[in-house]
Amino acid sequence: MAVLWTDALIYILIIVVAGLAIYMRGKEHIKRPLQKILRSKTGMASLVVLLFFVLIGLLDSVHFKPANNKNSEIISLLDYWATPLREHGEKTYSAPFATTLYSKEIMTLADGTLQWGYPRLKFGGGYLDDPDTQHVPDVLKKAGYGFAQGASLFGFFILCYLGVRRKPQGEKRQAFGLTRSSKSVLAVVAFLIVTTSYTLIYLSSYYHVLGTDKVGEDVFYQTVKSIRTGLVLGTLTTLIMLPMAIVFGILAGFFRGWVDDLIQYIYTTLNSIPGVLLIAASILMVQVYMANHEQQFTSVIMRADMRLLFLCLILGVTNWTGLCRLLRAETLKLREMEYVQAAQALGVKKSMILLRHILPNVMHIVLISVVLDFSSLVLAEAVLSYINIGVDPTTYSWGNMINGARLEMAREPIVWWSLSAAFVFMFALVLAANLFADTVQDAFDPRRSSD
Amino acid sequence: MIHYIIRRFLYAIPLLMGVNILTFVLFFIVNSPDDMARMQLGQKYVTGQAISNWKHQHGYDLPLLWNDTEKGEKKITRTIFYQKSAGLFMFRFGVSDSGRNIGADIQERMWPSLAIALPTLCVGLMVDISFALLMALFRGSYLERAGIVLCVILMSISSLFYIIGGQFFIAKLLRLVPISGYDDDMAAIKFLILPVLIGVISGVGSGVRWYRTLFLEEVEKDYVRTARAKGLSETQTLFRHVLRNALIPVLTGVVVILPLLFMGSLIMESFFSIPGLGSYTIDAINSQDFAIVRAMVFLGSVLYVLGLLLTDISYTLVDPRVRLS
Repeated sequence: MAVLWTDALIYILIIVVAGLAIYMRGKEHIKRPLQKILRSKTGMASLVVLLFFVLIGLLDSVHFKPANNKNSEIISLLDYWATPLREHGEKTYSAPFATTLYSKEIMTLADGTLQWGYPRLKFGGGYLDDPDTQHVPDVLKKAGYGFAQGASLFGFFILCYLGVRRKPQGEKRQAFGLTRSSKSVLAVVAFLIVTTSYTLIYLSSYYHVLGTDKVGEDVFYQTVKSIRTGLVLGTLTTLIMLPMAIVFGILAGFFRGWVDDLIQYIYTTLNSIPGVLLIAASILMVQVYMANHEQQFTSVIMRADMRLLFLCLILGVTNWTGLCRLLRAETLKLREMEYVQAAQALGVKKSMILLRHILPNVMHIVLISVVLDFSSLVLAEAVLSYINIGVDPTTYSWGNMINGARLEMAREPIVWWSLSAAFVFMFALVLAANLFADTVQDAFDPRRSSD
Repeated sequence: MIHYIIRRFLYAIPLLMGVNILTFVLFFIVNSPDDMARMQLGQKYVTGQAISNWKHQHGYDLPLLWNDTEKGEKKITRTIFYQKSAGLFMFRFGVSDSGRNIGADIQERMWPSLAIALPTLCVGLMVDISFALLMALFRGSYLERAGIVLCVILMSISSLFYIIGGQFFIAKLLRLVPISGYDDDMAAIKFLILPVLIGVISGVGSGVRWYRTLFLEEVEKDYVRTARAKGLSETQTLFRHVLRNALIPVLTGVVVILPLLFMGSLIMESFFSIPGLGSYTIDAINSQDFAIVRAMVFLGSVLYVLGLLLTDISYTLVDPRVRLS
């Protein structure tokens, strides 16, 4: 097993989240908003979609070196399962479900004559004898098979769940907070996700379900690989910025005086540089450093991974100021509260007051801003990659896909599938994140808790 | 008032010094001028002679902070820090790595940027506020619910797709406006319609949501209830009382970005090939012209600090509750 830098940080993030979950389990003031989230239909639906994306991202974060490999590149678990997709490359563009290439070429027929036409694909429906008549029925038949298998898989899950529920703890499960309506929404969304993804996976071993790109690589594989990049940027950036924002924000609000002045000076200075320009300047410097220290970055994957990490770092540095300001304002308010003053009067140490009384009471702001930032970071990745200051060009990301496909818009007829695939996946992730952020905000923001 | 403005003005100086030192560290300490020369000249087989030539040509062959070989004040002035960074305070942007005068380029290119950014801001503000007002008027109804959902959907689409989609459908399929380009004087208008339209649409989702929360916060307040109690209709209270009070945060939010409009929008200008400061920056990033990036970073922060100053002043002008202390 090989661990990349971002992988390691993702594992740390999971441990931190798990630790937080255990710590907060059973706390009454956490339980109430959580139940509100569980009751919300949009919240649960978007959570399921998010969890599905996270699952794919996690599969893509377990890297190892395959045993029977010639070119000694490390691959992830997802790559391993998608080996056919990786190896079924075509020559150049082909449309989704196509059996021929997208552009005409001169072909040599079996009898040696030359003909001007669309050559057959090597893998997309390559087993069909007569594509003109068999193509559509074959696709429909395969889709039907895939759908049926996906549906039965889902049925299996449901049976397992029901089996678990039949046990005596049935009463306790009900108290968990899922209402009947949110359960049915959950079931519908899960059904859609399981069957669609299963159908797509099933079909993708026979056809290129989302077509192929300029060098003949499967677009479906590219989009699925891009999920990890988006998730890494959205989550690791927060992991990097949270310590800075929390420590500086609380210290500035609690101690005031010169500490406050200094911290305010730091974040106003950072804030006054336009974000994109600061990122551009930093990435340029990273590029110069990497170009001059080539021996440190031996493999392509490590290089790309390092750059992804740097990008997270830089985005973290440019993004912590907003949260820091919010936390400072909240701490300023909290330190005048009676319970903090009572603690001070009782002679509780300052560090203890900060940890026990201030920190838990600003956590809802932290949580809300983390969820809100996630979607904007995923969107920012695309823009940054477009300006060439985003992730490495060899990394799979939606930004790179859009950037590559944009140039093909002038083609006639146009190559639309790369762009649409990136659009659909990105839209699904960001929409789910936005909806979930709304639900979290409704549940945790005291100003919004009207009911 | 004058005292207050002067004090705020003095506060801007340490901020800009901080920015200056930060960019200096980023551009000259993290990577030495040697590294940059090697990067610019290509990676391999670079002789020491070629590097020192390049450094001499671009004025990077000086010590960083202190020059021992010179006499008197030249010990400080003949350094990279003084020549390349301190000059920015006097708006001497110097010469770009490709040999052009950056100051002249900026003066020439800020007008096309403004020609896009200003209409986008004005039209966007009007559209956002009118939709937000409508949603505040119909609060609690299905219409508002649908509006919120629409806003979330609009927010979830990357701005790149708005641009690509707009260029494809409006310019390529319907052929209503040119796809991209720019012209001088009034002929520029036909090139500006599409970028402005797309700029407005891509900002509608988040804008309307933000203004809606502002209005709703105001609607809950006591004076609105009083206004209703004395018999004003819902629209009258909305326009005469709520809108006027909610405009204070709107105004201050706009004032802070006013100076930054000169900087233009990076992706908008590069997609529509408009010769503004945004595309200038992108070109500099792509050709790794460090002098221009440095100048733009400093210019951007000067404009932001100016925006902060204007915000403080405008607060005291529109909101009599704010006192200067």
